[in-house]
This record gives sequence, structure tokens and C-alpha cells, in this order.
Amino acid sequence: MPKYVIIGASAAGIGAVEAIREVDPVGTITVISEELCPQYSRPMISDFISGKATLEKMKCRDDRFWEKNEVQALTGRTAVRLNLADRYVELDGGDRVNFEKLLLATGGKPFIPKIEGADKEGVFTFTTFSDAERLAKKIESAKRAVVIGAGLIGVSVAEALTKRGLEVTMVEVKDKILSLILDPAASEMVENVIRKAGVTIVTGQMVQRILGKPEDANVVDSAVLTHGDQVPCDLVIIAIGVVPRMEIVAGTDVKTNRGIIVDKSMQTSVPDVYASGDVAEAYDFVLNENRLLALWPLAQLEGRVAGYNMAGKKADYTGGTSMSALKYFGIPLISVGIANPKEDGYEVLVKHDPEKSLYKKLVLKDNVIVGMIFVNDIERAGIIFHLMKNCVNVKKFKQELISENFGLAMLPSRLRKKMCLEG
Amino acid sequence: MKRIIAKEEVCMGCGLCEVYCTVQHSKSKDIIKAYNREHPRPLSRIRLETNRPVSFTIQCRHCEDAPCVTACLSGAMRKDEETGLVTHDEEKCMGCWTCIMVCSYGAIKMDVSGKVIAKCDLCSELDVPACVANCPNGALVLQEVTP
Repeated sequence: MPKYVIIGASAAGIGAVEAIREVDPVGTITVISEELCPQYSRPMISDFISGKATLEKMKCRDDRFWEKNEVQALTGRTAVRLNLADRYVELDGGDRVNFEKLLLATGGKPFIPKIEGADKEGVFTFTTFSDAERLAKKIESAKRAVVIGAGLIGVSVAEALTKRGLEVTMVEVKDKILSLILDPAASEMVENVIRKAGVTIVTGQMVQRILGKPEDANVVDSAVLTHGDQVPCDLVIIAIGVVPRMEIVAGTDVKTNRGIIVDKSMQTSVPDVYASGDVAEAYDFVLNENRLLALWPLAQLEGRVAGYNMAGKKADYTGGTSMSALKYFGIPLISVGIANPKEDGYEVLVKHDPEKSLYKKLVLKDNVIVGMIFVNDIERAGIIFHLMKNCVNVKKFKQELISENFGLAMLPSRLRKKMCLEG
Repeated sequence: MKRIIAKEEVCMGCGLCEVYCTVQHSKSKDIIKAYNREHPRPLSRIRLETNRPVSFTIQCRHCEDAPCVTACLSGAMRKDEETGLVTHDEEKCMGCWTCIMVCSYGAIKMDVSGKVIAKCDLCSELDVPACVANCPNGALVLQEVTP
């Protein structure tokens, strides 16, 4: 009987395998994955579409990863049911895999709003490699695309399609692009760059209907927006976000909220059953509560924590937060935590130099940094992230943090020396 | 494993460490050619930090539990189990800047190409890293540290 069973082989699954093997070199591991070559990097899908990366480059672990870690990888298989009383996972086809410790790393699936015509040929989502392969093929004959959503995924798709020479219209229901991670000023900086690259940005509207061609109603011809404008297109990409894939725990004792509820060891409400990655509601160290955060680095970290605990080494997840680094359209930016506070009670420090296209913003609460946005000059953002994560009181040196030549040398000597001798 | 420790009390802020780092990471390994004939000029992987009178140099700490490795989206950043080095595979790097976001030391740079990152490799082909060997005041020392 396999000791460890992991459903899902993306960031969280991979992180768990590596952590388990650090602790337990011999316990049997079985990984169940719907994808045939699961060890690729999802965030690199846009580079695949743009032609910048091949599947080979996208592989975040080599082909011998499963073999080297002595993992039985059941690829191309779907886990359909859990029996927690008898401790087995049922696969498509009816066969069963028993477990002692189970990790649910099932990830997320694209959120698809109800849009009339969303089932037409030419409408794509942007999550798995097979989505990407189909889309890449279609692009060869396409000229115009509508991207629904101007968040992280939408912006990455828009860049990839633009690089492939398509005319792109990005439609965002909110007033600003990247509104979940940026404030209006930073959003506008990015918007200007994206428009310059030739993308049409429509905000405050939604795609209401997708119309078919006169000669074939099943093939995408145009998208109709909220105000009635009709945008001709060959492709519609739905890039709004992901929702957790929790179907497998329906009807079991595993407690769920918007995602699967876990404790700091990444264990669910059922002993020996763990969850990590986009499916889990993990700890946010800024908000001091558990929430869904569909981010690759966090998924990998959560997977590692689950793996250690599954293998018997006690480890606590120290938490993540909303944290994104973006490279798209040649405007590097980093956003972490509460970057655009909606309520009172926060102190905001801003340095904005439009001529140099520089923007630095810190959000503080009681002299502790709880959010930041860095645009263009991002190389020292990690130092701020460190101060944030460690809840350092920055009262005495907060102005220095947004200065142009900010670096470690500007931190108080004691703090700096402590940092540099650690790690 | 070994780690470079900066002694800020004896650092003069001369910046020679950056110069030698640049040369060591150039194609020619020649100071004149590296500075005048290689375009774009190769990047120093280390950073001289100055806030007078304080100065010292910081470079990748090759952390034991390296956040950049766990955060890396492409698998380019790895922790070498044998040497303890945090290695970076330029071919795999997608330039997403996620490692920059999580590096507590701000020790990761965007390479001159703007497409990948660059960081200290502890001059793995040399016995003593170029910055340490060429610091005129002994402000950089290579020390054995226990994880």
C-alpha cells in the first residue's frame, strides 16, 4: 500500500514530493495527475503561447523527476472519489489507490462566467498545457482576439497574443486593470505601456454575448460588450481567474469554505488528509486569516509544509499573502499585501517620478508595512518584503524605504547585521 | 558550506569588488575588454551598499532555506545539495522577477538583457571568489558556515 498519495502534480504536489523525500527516503509515494507531463510551470503558459518557451523549457523539474524520487506517477488519470473511512482514492476506471497520508493538491479550474455563446469554437481558457497547445494552434490562423479579464492572467495572455501579432482587445469589468493588486496610479502606468504596445483596453464593461459567424454559428465571430459595442474577433480568451477544484471532497468530512480549510500544518479537518495550493485556504500573514490565494510560489511552499508533516517532520506554514511579480509588456512590477487600502487607518508613503516611470508605495499600519507596490525599480523590493513578513517596526526609518537609492545600508545597524548574519 | 561575509567596519566603499565581479562574469575575463568592448557591459553580481559613513557589499547569501528556490516559477533556481550553493540556470529562467520579490537581501539583479536575473555564483570555478580575492582592505572574507 502506498504510504503517501498525492492528487495533483503541479507546484504543491511537486513541493510535497521533495519535502517527503528529504525526510523519508523509502516510503512509497503515488502521485495522480490528469496531465500527461505534469511537471511543467503553469505560469509559463503565456511564454509558450508567445513562442518564447518550448515545453522543454517549461519543465520546472526534469523528466526523471518522478523516477529519481521513486514516485509512482499515475499520469493522465483522474481521481474521482475519496473514501476516507476505508482510506482509498478511486480513479477513473474504478481502480483504487489506498493511502496512509493523503494530499489534496487538485488546484483550480478557470472561472467561466455565464456568457451566451461561450461554448462556441474559438473560446478558450488558459490554465492547462493542453489548453495552451490548442490555443497555440488556433493562433496561427487568427488575427483578432478578445481577452476577458485584465488581472494577472489576462495581462499575460494579452502580451503573448500581441507578441504573436494579434490585434488584442482586453475587456475588464472593473474601472482599472490589475485592480486587485495595484492602485489607480500604478494601474495607469501599466495601462499606458499596454496601450502603447497596441492593445485596446476596455474597462467598466463585460462581454455580454459571443456571436457566431453568419456561415457557421458555432464559430466565434465577435463579442458584444455591455454598452452594445461589437468587437470582431476570431478568439475569445476567458482569463478571469481560477476557482478551487473541490469536487472530490464533496460529501466527505473534509471541511470547506471557499476552499478546503487547513491548519498551519496544512492538514484538513480530517486527520492524515492534507491540502495545499490553489484548492486550500491557507494562512495570509498580512490579513492574519486564512484565504484562497492562487499563486505558484505559495502552492509550492504549502506543498512542502504538507510533505514534511505527512512524513512526520513537524513544520508550520508561516503564511503567504497576495504577492505578485510581473514582467509583462516590459514593465517590471511587484505588488504585495494590502497595496490599495480601502479603509481608513493606514499610512501611505508614495514616491512617484513620472519622468523616470518610477513608482514606490508603502502601506503601513501602526508603523508595520502591510502592503507595497514597486514599479520599474524593483530590485530592492525583497528587503521590504522581509520587513513586512517579520513585522518589523519601521517608524524610525520609513522615509528611507521609498528613497531612490534605498538599500540594506539604510536599515538600522542592528537590524542590518542581524539580517546579514542569518540566512 | 562557504559564505562571503562583509566587514563593514573596514570597507572603504572603493567598489573594486564590483569591478572584479564584472570582469569575472565577462566573456573575455579581461578588465579593459570587459569594460570597453563587451556590449552590453557584463553585470556585477554583487552590490556595494553605501550610506555614508556605512558601506559594505552584499551578494547572494546562498540561504539554507532559500525563499527564491521555493518561489521560482520555472525551476531555474535550485539548491545544490552537495555544494550548498543556490544555483541559477539562465536557460530555464523566464525573468518573472518572483525571486527578486522574496530575496530578503535585495541580492538578485535583473540582468542587462532585462530577460533573466543575475546573481552571485560564488565564482564556483575559482578557489576564492573574485571579490574576496581582490578586496584591498580585507573587508570581504570567505567563511565556512554551518547550516
